Amino acid sequence: MSEPGAPTPPEGGGKVENPRTGGDYAPSVARRYALAQRAGGIVVPLLTVILAFLIGGVVVFATTGSNPISTYKAIFEGAGLNWFVEIGSYELRLPFTDIHVPFPWNVDDIESTAAFNLQQTLINFVPLVLTGLAVGFAFRCGLFNIGGQGQYLAGAVIAVWVGSELPGLPGLVHILAAVVAGALVGALWAGIAGFLKAKVGTHEVISTIMLNWIAIWVGVFLFGLGGPLQNDTQPFVPVSNDILDESKLGILWGDPVLQALHVGFFVALAALVVYWIALNRTTLGYEVRAVGYSPEAARYGGISVARNYFLAMAISGLFAGLAGAIDIVGWAYRINTNDVMISSQIAFVGIAVALLGRNKAIGIGLSALLFASLVTGTSTRNLDPEIFRPELASNLTLLIQGLVVLFVGADVLILSLLGLRRRRRRAAAEAVSE
Amino acid sequence: MDERPVLELRGITKRFPGIVANDGVDFELRKGEVHALLGENGAGKSTLMNVVYGLYRPDEGDIRINGKAAELGSPKAAIESGVGMVHQHFMLIPVMTVAENIVLATEPVHSGILLDYAAAEKRVQEISTRFGLAVDPRAIVQDITVGQQQRVEILKALYRGADILVLDEPTAVLTPPQAQELFTIIRSLTEQGKSIIFISHKLNEVTEVADRITVLRRGKKVETLPAAGATEQGLARLMVGREVLLRVDKTAAQPTKALLSVEGLTVEDDRGIEQVRDVSFEVKGGEIVGIAGVDGNGQTELIDAIAGLRRSKAGKIVIGDEDVTGDSCKECLDAGLGHIPEDRQRRGLVLDFSLAENLALHDYDHPPASRYGWLYPKRLIEKARMLLQEFDVRGGGPHTRAGGLSGGNQQKVVLAREIDRNPKVLIAAQPTRGLDVGAIEFVHRRLVEERDEGRGVLLVSLELDEILSLSDRILVIFEGRIVGEFPPGVSEEELGVAMTGGGRRAAA
Repeated sequence: MSEPGAPTPPEGGGKVENPRTGGDYAPSVARRYALAQRAGGIVVPLLTVILAFLIGGVVVFATTGSNPISTYKAIFEGAGLNWFVEIGSYELRLPFTDIHVPFPWNVDDIESTAAFNLQQTLINFVPLVLTGLAVGFAFRCGLFNIGGQGQYLAGAVIAVWVGSELPGLPGLVHILAAVVAGALVGALWAGIAGFLKAKVGTHEVISTIMLNWIAIWVGVFLFGLGGPLQNDTQPFVPVSNDILDESKLGILWGDPVLQALHVGFFVALAALVVYWIALNRTTLGYEVRAVGYSPEAARYGGISVARNYFLAMAISGLFAGLAGAIDIVGWAYRINTNDVMISSQIAFVGIAVALLGRNKAIGIGLSALLFASLVTGTSTRNLDPEIFRPELASNLTLLIQGLVVLFVGADVLILSLLGLRRRRRRAAAEAVSE
Repeated sequence: MDERPVLELRGITKRFPGIVANDGVDFELRKGEVHALLGENGAGKSTLMNVVYGLYRPDEGDIRINGKAAELGSPKAAIESGVGMVHQHFMLIPVMTVAENIVLATEPVHSGILLDYAAAEKRVQEISTRFGLAVDPRAIVQDITVGQQQRVEILKALYRGADILVLDEPTAVLTPPQAQELFTIIRSLTEQGKSIIFISHKLNEVTEVADRITVLRRGKKVETLPAAGATEQGLARLMVGREVLLRVDKTAAQPTKALLSVEGLTVEDDRGIEQVRDVSFEVKGGEIVGIAGVDGNGQTELIDAIAGLRRSKAGKIVIGDEDVTGDSCKECLDAGLGHIPEDRQRRGLVLDFSLAENLALHDYDHPPASRYGWLYPKRLIEKARMLLQEFDVRGGGPHTRAGGLSGGNQQKVVLAREIDRNPKVLIAAQPTRGLDVGAIEFVHRRLVEERDEGRGVLLVSLELDEILSLSDRILVIFEGRIVGEFPPGVSEEELGVAMTGGGRRAAA
């Protein structure tokens, strides 16, 4: 480079405070992008979402003739978000105590459609947070873990096995055993890709995709007809045994017969906090971020890049494996060969969650909520068929998801459009002042 | 020399968001003169030349070529108006021949579509004889030397009919003898009526080759003065705006015991080719040992091996009293090594980290920065605040992103980190590359101070000036071997000869 360190002039102001920071070149788009990202970067993800919904609406109208606004309203209600609209004076019992505190929403309402829908949204929220964190953690180390599906499955398979095959363990121990085993196996599964990357430089995108297929077909084999983990009572159904009752997670909200929100919800919230702490308050997180930003500079600083590649992948897999295990002990209780192929794809949504959430804890939490609402709100079970044909609805989710991923990649474009307007404004202002 | 201006720039102003890169700059190039454009990094030299070459459109001002107003909206328009540019980094296609590169985009053809090799070679031959730039039209570009590649670039511009040649830092990649050759070429070109703009920040070259000098500072023209009678000291003052020490003030070295010793070191590069061959030397406390050499003679591999970033094939490395042969980078650093890497942007700093995080790159994993794996960001920030002040880093505080600083301040951050570790030996690889005069002065003074503190300093640089003014002993590396040791008083010519293999005659 002929002029290293082309400096970033202060944004927004025309006046340069320190002439030493002046440079020959205009700041690149990448620099402005980084700046916006550091500034919290809430604007661009928001614009991204709005743009995706707008285009989604146009597609809805063009292809089906449905009114996009009423379609989105139906999705909103399908996700149970209208539950929040009814504000009253209700009470909430604090966990583990008998204390009741005033609460604006009616948590005793467990059976209304809105409450039920919202419970389903929050059930989906849990694995989306965890798989989002999985993808996010790897991203922060400069790795693209596209194998959330395999790691989620590995965690789910082990959780089913531990949950159904080890009778006699006390409840809490049994749950812990299933969850911890699931998380560790997820870590192991991703760790294989991390190890290969660290040792011989195999690209993690390739190896994690391969590991996904291995996990899928191992799952199909295990629970398929005649498979070693197929259930003991129905020889013609390719499904596992149910996990034992004592290894099921407690219910937080809802009717257990129908599929209620389980305490795994708190695990997801805790995972968000753990993620933030691990990245920002530990030496491990420091190393991971250093390697993620600049492997070369980290290496010159004495940090082992290979070790961090392995660790970051393993931790990433830990989150994804945890997602699979929590889903099993929380509400699924069993796994069939169909689930192996279909349900585990929730992990792919985790990629969109991490991208939209910018790999930050709070962002991942919020975007997981958005995607959980979309996934639930467009499911055939929840969407009002009068408004929009449910068969098409899940495709709408995929469409919006795809648009979000596309725009997240293109937000440099959005930013540069914004920057262009700003430059024009400034030029006009200067012309006036002269 | 003719008094008629072939190129006139009047009041050129070019703004970028938040900064005025060129502020009402006037510039005039006469026929047959060499006009040097001098200025620190960020002074606006490149912007101005990009305006001349049609890459940027000025916000204000006019350009006149041969007295006629010229609208240079693109490099193509500039080339048509007779402006040619030789960039610092060559724009050649390495796998093609010299002739093919020169005629690129204006190839002679026969039968409508086929490249007429014979005609191309013939024309290249003609033009190279006319201007006295000897090249072999059939040679493949990647096989010829850097100096020859530069000639190809110049020929390319001449072939396209350039009367005004802009040379952007042309000597940055050349050895002293090659630079002398270039100056000869420049003189012969001006004799044939070509006019040359010579961009540089090297004062001695500018006074040697230029007829007139225009100094830019912070986007503005400071002065245009004739080169005859200009002193380096005076030019430096114009560039920086204050008095600068060009020569480093230092006392005689007081070497103590060896703090770094390298014995019989042999290192291979990634392709398995030996780049360092049986190298032995030592660096004592209280001395600066300079390693001079043309780029690519094993300097990088040598440093990497000492810093534990690359395994050596044979030999022994001792830092302090500790044998660190085969140790990891971390172990070498812990043994008492400080390392200012060659490329501060890629290797010295994590550009997306804050300054506080960058300054902690070695300390983050032990108290007080962290304990049992738990990081204390507040302590990093306190420490950073102190170091930033001590090393006079401007343009940001502990929370500023490292990538947002200017090159000089970035280097100060690296320097602060490495010196703060209290190393026994400090390796400084190209510590002032791309820095401006003020920052160079700071880095040099600091390196001498560290020497006086009793540390050993190993300075690896491609800049002979730097080697000569800082080193207490000079080692010359050529093709991976140490081919000579010189005292600091050695002449540049003598070093230049050793750097190119000693026996080879420098055609100057």
